[in-house]
Amino acid sequence: MASVPMTHGLVLAAILFSVGLLGVLIRRNIIFMLLSVEIMLNAAGLAFVVAGARWGQADGQVMFLFILAMAAAEVSVGLALVLQLNHQFKTLDTDAASTMRG
Amino acid sequence: MNTLFYLSGAVAVVATVMVIISLNAVHALLYLIVSLLSVALIFFTVGAPFAAALEVIIYAGAIMVLFVFVIMMLNLGPQTARTERQWLNLRAWWGPGLLGLALLLELIYLLGGRGDHPVAAAGVGPKEVGITLFGPYLLGVELASFLLLAGLVGAYHLGRRDD
Amino acid sequence: MLDLLWLIPTLPLAGFAALVLLRPGKRTAAVLGVGSVGLSALLSAWAALTFFVSPPPGHAYTETLWTWMSVAGFSPKVALRLDALSLLMVLVVTFVGFLIHLYSAEFMRDDEGYGRFFAYMNLFVSSMLILVLAADLLLLYLGWEGVGLCSYLLIGFWYEDPANGRAARKAFVVTRIGDTAMAVALFLLITHLGTLDIQELMERAAAQWPPGSGLAVAVALLLLGGALGKSAQLPLQTWLPDAMAGPTPVSALIHAATMVTAGVYLIARTNVLFAIAPPAQLAVAVIGALTLLVAGFSALTQWDIKRVLAYSTISQIGYMFLALGVGAWSAAIFHFITHAFFKALLFLAAGAVIQALHEEHSIFKMGGLRHELPVTFWTFLIGAGSLSALPLVTAGFYSKDLILSRAWSLPAGSPWLWAAGLIGAFITSLYAFRVVFVAFFGPSRGLVRRRPGPGITIPLVVLAFLSVTGGWLNTPPFLGNVQLLSRFLETTLPTSTHEAGGGTGELALEGAAAAVSLLGLGLAYLLFLRRRRYAERLAGTAIGGILGHFWFSGWGFDWCYDTLLVQPYLWLARTGKDDVIDLFYRAVAWLSRVFSSGLSLTENGRVRWYAAGLALGAAIVFAVVVWS
Repeated sequence: MASVPMTHGLVLAAILFSVGLLGVLIRRNIIFMLLSVEIMLNAAGLAFVVAGARWGQADGQVMFLFILAMAAAEVSVGLALVLQLNHQFKTLDTDAASTMRG
Repeated sequence: MNTLFYLSGAVAVVATVMVIISLNAVHALLYLIVSLLSVALIFFTVGAPFAAALEVIIYAGAIMVLFVFVIMMLNLGPQTARTERQWLNLRAWWGPGLLGLALLLELIYLLGGRGDHPVAAAGVGPKEVGITLFGPYLLGVELASFLLLAGLVGAYHLGRRDD
Repeated sequence: MLDLLWLIPTLPLAGFAALVLLRPGKRTAAVLGVGSVGLSALLSAWAALTFFVSPPPGHAYTETLWTWMSVAGFSPKVALRLDALSLLMVLVVTFVGFLIHLYSAEFMRDDEGYGRFFAYMNLFVSSMLILVLAADLLLLYLGWEGVGLCSYLLIGFWYEDPANGRAARKAFVVTRIGDTAMAVALFLLITHLGTLDIQELMERAAAQWPPGSGLAVAVALLLLGGALGKSAQLPLQTWLPDAMAGPTPVSALIHAATMVTAGVYLIARTNVLFAIAPPAQLAVAVIGALTLLVAGFSALTQWDIKRVLAYSTISQIGYMFLALGVGAWSAAIFHFITHAFFKALLFLAAGAVIQALHEEHSIFKMGGLRHELPVTFWTFLIGAGSLSALPLVTAGFYSKDLILSRAWSLPAGSPWLWAAGLIGAFITSLYAFRVVFVAFFGPSRGLVRRRPGPGITIPLVVLAFLSVTGGWLNTPPFLGNVQLLSRFLETTLPTSTHEAGGGTGELALEGAAAAVSLLGLGLAYLLFLRRRRYAERLAGTAIGGILGHFWFSGWGFDWCYDTLLVQPYLWLARTGKDDVIDLFYRAVAWLSRVFSSGLSLTENGRVRWYAAGLALGAAIVFAVVVWS
């Protein structure tokens, strides 16, 4: 096994997370937004696993498993919504679905 | 081993950046799969083989395949790439970029000064994970099954056509 | 039994509460409204019986309900006092009130606000009874304000027409001026005498203030101001003609028989204060005399039957003030009683006529009604006769002539006041019979749509009966010398010397008064029945036209007040509308609008914006954590 400091793993997770956040904020196409959300979830899971490995306990991987289950459910519902969005507005532009404005 | 960690990390970062700036959905998807695979490698190096396997099978294997199906259903053609290019101008970058940079710096500052503890020598194998799951985290497992059932029903209902 | 005194004002109040809270249908509302006043009338009759058969010590019964407040040595009580004066007032208010409620049950039958009408009327009767029974000036003021409120509510009863609202507001504002004067008087009394209990007040005032002292005169004049407002005397009389915008039963009850006599009651109640302030008492008499003349001439030119009666009310209350001013206290109360009977009768009969002719108010569009509305005609005739003080047969004769003879013979009286009263009696007879001859005689126009039913005619007949027999409470020495009323009132009001007049002097006075009223009747017959053209020619001359116009507008008081007071105030309000303080409030409104439009930018329905908001929030929180 590698003896990488935990800090480095966490920093890597932070970098991946911000990249994902950037993707959510910048892209208008909803598919890309969903992909960026997946990136963020993955980064969070990375952080958990690295932290669990530092202490030598299985809790980190268990959390990662739960995150995975949640991501699966979220993706299925989210993609179903994407299909509805496309059917309703005939486009994948998220800015088109803005009728709830003040 | 350490070099493997840092190498995979670099690949992951590069691939992720490519995901968010690519114009073609399928390309972005493939870049994401690369990123996920490198993260799985990172899991291997820190001694979490079970997590690595799960990452590859479920994340890269199932979730990304779901994305592929939907993208194929949506039939996004070349004009999607044109609109993407239109939307992805440089002016759109500066605001979120600033925000993301600020957040990143703050995170690094908070997470960085935690001391240089290395990861544990022996890894955590699947057997240990299984025992923990059926021990203290049993309730969580049941809840996860609820969640997946809800996701299933929701996805079925939402994806239905009304005609 | 007298300890049930508190029920008399409380029963109509309970009726009001029931009508407001339960909102019953028309039939129940009529039963509740008429019944509560009826029960009150029964109780007052029973109280009167008890009072006559076994009078309480000192001929006065006071029932203290509770102490209102106790502050710095001033502790007014909620207490009711029954003595000769208040008993008579209570009897008149409840009995005439009951008859008018009975009348309204049929009269207002087709109106949508039936329940609301009876609720307001009940509240009015309750407030009036509190006013009359109050043993303390503070409680009296409560009743005073209550009747003012009900007057406003009832004048503007048909609120959908803005003209009615204007009339109601005018009434309220003008009487308010009087009420303020009265409030100042109450403040002066509290600070200088320390109490508002009426009997104590009068004792202390008589002991502490020498007659004619400035303080006594000031207080008495201020109380007079309050009375002027409520009783519509000069200079606060302008509201009463416009108050005819309300339903006719309201005009009958409030603006003829009860509320407008509250001023007379107040002065009679606080008679000691006026007795020790002779200038104020003189003012009362002079104002009464002037008012009766001004209003009498104005009544002569009106074409709206209700306005004639309104000016007539002002004029007759002028007589009561004249009587109070010369010190003939029981004469004033006597005239109040007979006036309540015949004026209520006149208003109710006029209402029946107006309703029968489908809301026609102008007497010149009426004619020949004596054949088509016989009961109404006879009762109106009796009322008009009583108003004109036709000799011997009508109640008005006895009361008005008592006033006139006292105005001549009492030390505070003077020939000028008597002459004013005499001329007023002539004018009264003239305008009363003008209405009778123009509206009821002459060729019939066949305009009657519907005849009044028993609910209307029974009160008319009862009041007509009282307008004839009510005068027999007090007759002059050579006509039976009945002294029932004055003996009864002697227990409360001071007796004026020369009460027992008699002799040729009095006979001559009575004869003059009788002659004058018959003269008026005759002239009215000539001008309005026989030679109508003569009257029209008179009005057509230059001076006739000017005078007629002047008298019609109420001697120009409305125009005067409008130009001197109302228009400048409105101009001031208009120019002061956009001032510096307004700028501050507008700035507040502008600021909230700016913030609103600014904040609505953050709600544009775009997911990315919201996600950016989340990220920004997270960044700020981290920053706070990092740097603290």
